[in-house]
Amino acid sequence: MSEPTIDRAIYDELKEAAGAEFVIELVDTFLTEAPSMLDELRHSFAAHDADVFRRTAHSLKSNANTFGAHALGALAKELELGGLAPVVATDGQSIEALAQEYARVAAALKELRNA
Amino acid sequence: MREHATGPARLLVVDDNKVNRLLLTRSLELQGHRVATAENGRVALEMLRRESFDLLLLDMEMPEMDGFQVLEQMAGDLQLRDLPVIVTSSLEGIANVVRCIELGAEDYLPKPVNPVLLKARLGASLEKKRLRDQQKEWMRRFATREVAQDLQVSGFALGGKRVHGAVMFTDIRGFTTLAETQPPEETIELLNTYYTLMFDSIASYGGVVTMMAGDGLMAVFGAPLPLRDPCAGAVRTALEMIETIELFNLERVAADKPQIRIGIGIASGEMVAGYTGTNERATYTCIGDTVNLASRLEAHTKAAARTILIDGATRAALGDRVQVEQLGPVPIRGKMEPVEVFSVNLGQKL
Repeated sequence: MSEPTIDRAIYDELKEAAGAEFVIELVDTFLTEAPSMLDELRHSFAAHDADVFRRTAHSLKSNANTFGAHALGALAKELELGGLAPVVATDGQSIEALAQEYARVAAALKELRNA
Repeated sequence: MREHATGPARLLVVDDNKVNRLLLTRSLELQGHRVATAENGRVALEMLRRESFDLLLLDMEMPEMDGFQVLEQMAGDLQLRDLPVIVTSSLEGIANVVRCIELGAEDYLPKPVNPVLLKARLGASLEKKRLRDQQKEWMRRFATREVAQDLQVSGFALGGKRVHGAVMFTDIRGFTTLAETQPPEETIELLNTYYTLMFDSIASYGGVVTMMAGDGLMAVFGAPLPLRDPCAGAVRTALEMIETIELFNLERVAADKPQIRIGIGIASGEMVAGYTGTNERATYTCIGDTVNLASRLEAHTKAAARTILIDGATRAALGDRVQVEQLGPVPIRGKMEPVEVFSVNLGQKL
């Protein structure tokens, strides 16, 4: 993949605007919240709850963009706009693709946070 | 009300996502503002109705009650409809943005929110709010609550509508002589006390003061909001005013000051009520024959040596509820035929 997991320019801008210490807190919050968002995606998919599914994807997209995680943001946006039907068609594969991208984002953010 | 838009403001951030909430709060606090947060629309509305805020930063996609519902509820709430709202969202589609603006949002900032843009938009919104607050404050001071509310609900438009109501004119007897015999400061103080007492009586019976000129007052009962019994409201006000003046005079005698006497004229019927003037400077008033007659009756109290005079229509509307003395047909300036005039007996309860 040519695109980096985290866009450093955006991440650094965030650090500059909000302060390094605060961004560490923000990253930690995201890493705590995101796994339950992924669960929420899976549950709402299983329960055919389109509203919760869209809202959760929307939330993930918004957080991904905050940290410059473009690829994760794009996958979340696809889910938000596409709704449940395409996910059903791939038998939930698009959620798992997003989960894998999240794992990369989480690793990259941890590294940046500890740098 | 804040002195300066750039000073610290009290803001409410509404977002269901914790990362968004933290980040936006941080940005705003770095700009020197005080920030409270809510995690959905329902909680936000509860807070807005309980506490006072200068501005709301609102996310759209939220569980329980989303941003659109919050905007709808605020638009229908007189207390909240003027609170500026900046929508911060990563909503997809321009149609959603348009919908926010149509529902009354002041501005729309896409997420992630750019701090520089945020600061500029926030400053502009707070400044607009400050001006609106100031206008409302002026309105409160220079117009009555009813007129201010009518303006808020119906908006401002020159031109009148026909209403049925009662008009009252009052005047302090011998005011010019009084004013000449005492220092101007004392006269102003006397007028202020007098107006405070009179406004209180007028408002308590549903009347609206539409004009103050020197020691004269004009009040309308039945506009801008209709009253069920405008004539009773006007006459009750007049009787209460006289009682109040008597109490006021006791204080003045004790302070070795001359007593004051007032005359009151009341007429009822159809009139035209509305805003006259220009778009820049206008006043709420009522015009028509009824208004002229009330003014003439007030002027006639002196010649008739009576305190409260009412016209035939007011007398007829009140029937036996009011005790009057019939003064017979009186020639009134501006009227072809003499008109029936009644003097209201003082000290009665309606």
